[in-house]
Amino acid sequence: MAGSNHRVIGKALRKVDAVAKVTGATRFADDLALPRMLYAKLLRSTQPHARILAIDVTAAARLPGVRAVLTGRDLPIPFGILPVSQDEHALCLDKVRFIGDPVAAVAATSEEIATAAAELIRVDYEPLRTFASAEEAVANAEPRIHDYGDRGNLHKIVDLEFGDVAEAFEHADLVREDLFFFEGNTHLPMEQHAALATYAPDGKLTLWSSTQTPHYVHRALANVLELPPARIRVIATPNGGGFGGKSDPFSHEIAVAKLAMVTGRPVKITLTREEVFYCHRGRHPTLMSIKTGVKRDGSITGMHFKSLLDGGAYGSYGVASTYYTGALQTVTYQVPRYRFQGARAFTNKAPCGPKRGHGTPQPRFALEVHVDKIAEQLGIDPAELRLNTLVPRDSLTANYLRVGSMGLGTCIEKVVQGSEWKKKFRKLPHGRGVGLACSSYISGAGLPIYWNNMPHSGVQLKCDRGGGVTVFCGSTEIGQGSDSILAYIVAEVLGIDPFHIAIVTADTELTPVDLGSYSSRVTLMSGNAALQAAERARELLALHAARRLEIPGDRVVFADGRVFDSRDPDTGMSFAEAVQHAEAAEGTVGTVGSYTPPMSPGKYRGAGVGPSPAYSYSACVAEVDVDPATGIVRVPTIWIAHDLGRAINAAAAIGQVEGSVYMGLGEALMEEMAYRGNRNVVHKIPSLLEYKSPTTLEMCDVVTYLIEDPDPNGPFGAKEVGQGPLLPVMPAVANAVYDAVGVRVDEVPITPEKVLKALRGKGKGEAGRVGPTRFPDIPWPEPVRVPPPWEA
Amino acid sequence: MLTTPFVVNGERVEVAFAPHKTLLEVLREDLGLTGTKHGCELGECGTCTVLLDGLPVLSCLVLGVACANRAIRTVEGMAQPGRLHPLQETFADLGAAQCGYCTPAFLLAAEALIVANPKPSRDDIKDALAGNLCRCTGYIKIYEAVELAAARMRGEAAEPAPETLYGRK
Repeated sequence: MAGSNHRVIGKALRKVDAVAKVTGATRFADDLALPRMLYAKLLRSTQPHARILAIDVTAAARLPGVRAVLTGRDLPIPFGILPVSQDEHALCLDKVRFIGDPVAAVAATSEEIATAAAELIRVDYEPLRTFASAEEAVANAEPRIHDYGDRGNLHKIVDLEFGDVAEAFEHADLVREDLFFFEGNTHLPMEQHAALATYAPDGKLTLWSSTQTPHYVHRALANVLELPPARIRVIATPNGGGFGGKSDPFSHEIAVAKLAMVTGRPVKITLTREEVFYCHRGRHPTLMSIKTGVKRDGSITGMHFKSLLDGGAYGSYGVASTYYTGALQTVTYQVPRYRFQGARAFTNKAPCGPKRGHGTPQPRFALEVHVDKIAEQLGIDPAELRLNTLVPRDSLTANYLRVGSMGLGTCIEKVVQGSEWKKKFRKLPHGRGVGLACSSYISGAGLPIYWNNMPHSGVQLKCDRGGGVTVFCGSTEIGQGSDSILAYIVAEVLGIDPFHIAIVTADTELTPVDLGSYSSRVTLMSGNAALQAAERARELLALHAARRLEIPGDRVVFADGRVFDSRDPDTGMSFAEAVQHAEAAEGTVGTVGSYTPPMSPGKYRGAGVGPSPAYSYSACVAEVDVDPATGIVRVPTIWIAHDLGRAINAAAAIGQVEGSVYMGLGEALMEEMAYRGNRNVVHKIPSLLEYKSPTTLEMCDVVTYLIEDPDPNGPFGAKEVGQGPLLPVMPAVANAVYDAVGVRVDEVPITPEKVLKALRGKGKGEAGRVGPTRFPDIPWPEPVRVPPPWEA
Repeated sequence: MLTTPFVVNGERVEVAFAPHKTLLEVLREDLGLTGTKHGCELGECGTCTVLLDGLPVLSCLVLGVACANRAIRTVEGMAQPGRLHPLQETFADLGAAQCGYCTPAFLLAAEALIVANPKPSRDDIKDALAGNLCRCTGYIKIYEAVELAAARMRGEAAEPAPETLYGRK
């Protein structure tokens, strides 16, 4: 990048694992095999909600080749990703809560025998009333899907008020309220989940798994299997796509571990594609109400946001997801007073959790379409309105989020200019339109899942006398490039070739803890840990190199594999020689680094979700073609600008932006986790063919602008890029559809049926809108009232 | 068990396997060629694509016994010792492989395209790869990598466009 004297940072280098990936050498979980390995299969519930009266495994256990059969009684200790939602069992104990809930596990000498044995297990169910939607769960407190939660079938209810919003509305020139619905969708990683466990005769358990969070799988195994954590080793294999779908500890991981303990043999499981749909943990279907007061110039006086999340059958990350639907509305446009009410319902569907953007794409969709409507009502260009109300850098929001660097204004200007927005908006012929939307996302969460004072990420760095450097970090490579980020940062600091650095990651036995690949936390947090470790190593090496060269320490330069005098570059030594001098003087050369985010200023109950060391910003313009005869929406081009603080690797960053746009386009137009409308609550389409996702034929062109507004909290100024650029795509497409044909589809996916319905309604003189029309009555608690910083 | 002769990546092999096994299973389980992946085993995602007599097939839908004496090419056959295939070079350089799981299939489908059509247009590439799903890249880096490799395979000294690597200014 311009003006930078970095040799590695910012360059479009290969990823350190690129050659392994293009040669098929990368070993994913299902590529692993061990001698005497058994194959496991789970029997899953055929009932959406039922009591288990009896399970008969006799015939299965007798089948030749079967080595073990487990049921819920064998694994009675509950688990869950959040300490407040330990509501899952590896195998259901007394009841099942959705079709696909695991009930029994079999290990056999072949996958065929395991499958046949699972089919021989007889389960007697007593069906219970089922709940297919959040509205049904709100309306019916009984029967409860879980015997915990805030009320009836409501898992979590939140009410936060930052200043008197009702009064703020009185000072507004316009108060507008809109309702939106965001359908659930799923991650659809190309790799099916797989895990392999061994239990050595000395009582040590090893699990390889396609997981984004080996640290939390380690915790769950220790807890459920009642083993000392020190005797468990969890290795996250490179994930063949994660997107949040491999962030929970899963039944199949615990089941193969237990089966390995019971049989004394290695046990592997690979889920079928259908089972991946049941693991889910994807986007929560979310109904939203947003009410905003604005002045004539578009400035906001107050905002009241309500969300109702359909959580599915278990807690998962749902409490955090609920808070996230209300957290980030305040970090883009100035909202002086803000109220958030959110509720999450249990239903008899596959559990929802964190998908790319975790809980924030739904409210961002609502907010950005709502702002588009406000701008139209006020007669202000939506780009201008946004630019006029931006949150200032280095400021606090009404809900006490600390914004540091803030490049959204530049992002908006870039996409407005690049897309020729001013020539197109409200000026294109009928059927063609443009839409603008913006967004922001966290670069890691300010607080860990288990609240403690320990670092969120740790790195150990070893230098050997041959000049080799090994970086050990618990971070997990899921395709986003986390292994490469470690190498680039260490290479930059030590002046060595990143491809000479050995990277050891995601192994609870070898690597210091990193909390996992979620919340877009890895570049900032493990990057900062690596930076600290590398700087400490450089300091140590520089000390001894300076003595050797007889120059002051501040003249020692590390570059191009050498350590030399800045005043006389020929006077110096190789990096390996520098390590040798340090090793001779100090002994083995190794350093550590770690990272803990800054304390958040928010002190209220619920303040744990939303704070981040840095927020990324995105602006997006979508151009669409809408066929008024069929309702089909095509997207030729999306312009997107993303403020990522600093690109550690520009090409990899663009890859994250393009991938995010792709996934957002799928959510905007076609992806939905759909269930049959009757009480069976059967997933309609648990297959890659029927769950529509964009192919090469639907994918749009993407024009990407990387905006570098370095943040003091990021390594070299870097913020996140893996999730944020997804967020503005859905509302930009929705706003473009309105610009094209004058109808509002206030829900995603924007399917041809919905577009046609809105067009037909408009043709009959109706509103020309498809979307929700009411928000149910929720028994909200007394709000937690916190005056915003400027009223405190 | 049937013993079936194959020509895999130019090498003649004889493999004994149960007759119901798919080519995918024979490659991964009996030949240890785990570079070929699977995403559904139902013919929906393209992840298990290999070349059979030079043409892309879904190895999860082909029975192993149907491939007797036929030439099978997998990702393991693409690189020569010390030298990557031009497609592998460009996929690595442009970041066309993120998680890398669908990558072997895309490489083989792209190779078959370039062999049949040395100068494919962007639309030709989209058509040829429409049966392969990728959830990471949004396909764009894949198109750019195929275009760059095709140009180099035609003998052109092609380099990636600056905006491919650094974005639009």
